[in-house]
Amino acid sequence: MFLLIFLLIPILAAIILFLVKKESTGNAIAIGAGLLSLFGAVYIITNKTESFDVSWLAAINSRFLLQADGLAKILVLLTAITFPSIFIATNKNHIQNKNSFLGLMLLTQAGLMGVFLAGDALLFYFFWELALIPVYFLCSIWGGEKRIAITFKFFIYTFLGSLLMLIGIVLLYSNTTDHSFLLSSFKNAHLTNAQQLSAFALFFIAFAIKMPIFPLHTWQPDAYEQSPTAVTMVLSAVMVKMGLYGVIRWLLPLFPMAAAAHSNMVITLSVVGILYASFIAIRQDDMKRLIAYSSIAHIGLMSAALFTNTSIGMQGVLVQLFSHGINVLGLWIIADIIEQQTGTRSMKALGGLAKQQPTLAILLVGFAFANIALPLTNAFVGEFLMFNALFQFNPWMAAIAGVSVVLAAIYTLNMVQKIAYGEISQATAKMEMPNNNAQGVLIVLLAIVFITGIYPQPLFNITADTLQQMFVK
Amino acid sequence: MNAIIVSTLLGVVMMFVSWGITSSKLQRSIGLFGMFVLILANLAQLNKWWVVDFDTKGMLAFNQIGLYVNLILFIITFIYLWINGAEIDKIGNHTADYYAIFFFILCGVSILTSFDNLLMLFIGIEILSIPLYILTGADKKSMLSNEASLKYFLMGSFSTGILLLGIAFIYGATGTFHLGLPQFNPITRMPYENFLMSAGLILLFVSMNFKVSAAPFHFWTPDVYDGAPTVFTPFMATVVKAAGFIAFIKVFEIQRFALGYNTWVIILPLVIVSTLLVGNITAVFQRSVKRMLAYSSIAQVGFMLFALYGVSEFNNTAILLYIVAYSLATIGVFAVLIKMKDYGFESFNGLAKAKPALALLTTIFLFSLAGIPLTAGFFAKYFMLNALLTAGAGLWLLIVAILFAAVSVYYYFKIVQAMYFVEGEPAIHPVDKSYEYKLWLIAIILLVLGVFPDLLLSYLY
Repeated sequence: MFLLIFLLIPILAAIILFLVKKESTGNAIAIGAGLLSLFGAVYIITNKTESFDVSWLAAINSRFLLQADGLAKILVLLTAITFPSIFIATNKNHIQNKNSFLGLMLLTQAGLMGVFLAGDALLFYFFWELALIPVYFLCSIWGGEKRIAITFKFFIYTFLGSLLMLIGIVLLYSNTTDHSFLLSSFKNAHLTNAQQLSAFALFFIAFAIKMPIFPLHTWQPDAYEQSPTAVTMVLSAVMVKMGLYGVIRWLLPLFPMAAAAHSNMVITLSVVGILYASFIAIRQDDMKRLIAYSSIAHIGLMSAALFTNTSIGMQGVLVQLFSHGINVLGLWIIADIIEQQTGTRSMKALGGLAKQQPTLAILLVGFAFANIALPLTNAFVGEFLMFNALFQFNPWMAAIAGVSVVLAAIYTLNMVQKIAYGEISQATAKMEMPNNNAQGVLIVLLAIVFITGIYPQPLFNITADTLQQMFVK
Repeated sequence: MNAIIVSTLLGVVMMFVSWGITSSKLQRSIGLFGMFVLILANLAQLNKWWVVDFDTKGMLAFNQIGLYVNLILFIITFIYLWINGAEIDKIGNHTADYYAIFFFILCGVSILTSFDNLLMLFIGIEILSIPLYILTGADKKSMLSNEASLKYFLMGSFSTGILLLGIAFIYGATGTFHLGLPQFNPITRMPYENFLMSAGLILLFVSMNFKVSAAPFHFWTPDVYDGAPTVFTPFMATVVKAAGFIAFIKVFEIQRFALGYNTWVIILPLVIVSTLLVGNITAVFQRSVKRMLAYSSIAQVGFMLFALYGVSEFNNTAILLYIVAYSLATIGVFAVLIKMKDYGFESFNGLAKAKPALALLTTIFLFSLAGIPLTAGFFAKYFMLNALLTAGAGLWLLIVAILFAAVSVYYYFKIVQAMYFVEGEPAIHPVDKSYEYKLWLIAIILLVLGVFPDLLLSYLY
């Protein structure tokens, strides 16, 4: 029951937001709902297992089943941290029709929570699509100049992927012995080898587009650049995790044979993607695009580690799901502050931030370290485990992927250098007042970065049961 | 039997109503009341409260599903008339006559849901079609409407000829018009009878495809839907097409049995894929929303044809959901379109700012047509895919269908984009609140069915 209420909080808040006219009330409602969800998420994590189960579509035996295991918990926590952080950090930004904007954001949150909590394939699909619809409107209404075409590309791309997944779901459903959509029945479905391979392909394409894995990534940098920054934060901190989540929750447990057969291909594609994205990131001048490409590189490493089929890699990914979200969220908030105050994202035009706003510069350096995965930061824990797994799988792959660490250092430090050091540029001179709200959020996030970097055990504890289920038979 | 008799009587009554009553508003109310009576009469038979029945010598057979389809189509017609009443008045000064025509069409619908004999199929289709030719040409002063009517009439007669020829061949092979399975058993036939039978069945198949506007027999559809008065187009595209489908499914059950599954595994996918291809790809390039919707209705037929693949109890219920979702959404979109001053995509520009409620409604209807979750259209598509897979169709067919579903998102969303993301003044006639409330009813049905499709489906268990 608690999970249902937890899911309804953002939906109800969104409905109220659509009806409320006054902007300051809207802000308060959104932040309140976000914080309420955060408390809810903390409650879910501290309790052992929560689940909610009622019959939904009796005719086809689909159930409205929500359940929180370790994997769901860590992503729910990430989502619950992300949204209030965004609301607080961007609450001074001027946005037209701000209440509708916040309402759509909360609907996205509800969709994402549903995706992570659903234990029934049809319900999962349902939320999977629902999370996309508000984002489509958010990006198309409030995005940059080329928003309509770019968002549409993004929408069609992911919609096509999810439709393919729908066929996969139908295929599995028709082969279950008890005709149900539950994950457990799907696991026991009798599939021939050929069926397993085609179902694997159908699911994989959907998740690969979402993550995105190398040749299917073309929607991403454009979409990140053209979206309003608050939405970009959601997209890169949480939404890409949907793809990784899908792989861990559905793809690997359901098709172990097909996954093992294709692991070489997927890992190769991922590694190619890592290098490709890293090299492009080096050449970027636009802050947003740089962060977007660096994010593709990090996600690529995670998808490679997933397909090594080792418990150490899985553990790394489970931690990194959370850490990557926090780090990239921090970078985006900094990018947003700079863009809001200077009106530019071009790094050439920036410089001297350390003199103009020392606090912000320190925060930037902190998140930059996390982005490079230096020891003591949270990303180090995950990346270390993931490289370890990749090394066990194939040392050459690990070596090639390892180049990306160096490349990450190059583009991230380059960014820090251009933005923070040097003479105060014309653009930077416009940054007169520090944005206290946003800096407060950043300080909290940076604290999470270092605490989980030094003492990651709580994250291991949350996800222990998922790991046990997958690797201890 | 109730529905057939009552609808005929109501049709006759409406024909004479205009003699005594001149107020078109009153005529409209009488028509709506008649519709209500018709629904009650059908409900009475469905629940066996009151049944008119006599021996039809096996011409008609009434079963639960047929009566349930009647009920659904009547309710859809009721909603359609209720929303569009004022617009129907504007077409000419023959309001009562239009309602008479509607009732005659519904008589044809009731025959098509209950025929058990090829002769009754023919009669049903004719009763359904002839009033439609009149409706298409109702706007006498418009050249387009006249052209559409003539075109529809000529093409329709041609396809009726094919239908009759097919029936004659089948009669030659079996010696009966009855649809009972024993006569169609392929094993008991002589070789030359087999030849007649195959020819007859294929001709029947062609003509049914024509009636539901499946490619490559669709050429009349865009011109007729585009030329007909806009208020009548949704009726033709929904209730009439749905009735045609129900008849098609019934005939096809026999066809499949008589010719064997293997023959149809080649023919049917050919029709399905070409229908999806023609409908979707052509819709992408349309400049007029009305014409786009005409092509999209062809595309939707492609999905509905899946129901033919696996004829079973459950698939029948699946097509019911599809019919409801598709019909209501189409009626809704057309109800908005009719308020537009012209039918280009640009006239929707900026609608979200000027009329937020209307824009939201249109979005819900379009989402349902595109099959996006939370609307009935999603489950309609889902059940169709499920029917296809359980019937043993190849995975490739599902993937083709899905690719075209993604294409359909492209042209439906063009309207959404115009409404929400493009600045501009929408070219729209004034819309009063009560009209919007009526549309909300449709939207709410679509949303409720989008979360609980069981409400509709469980009735049949």
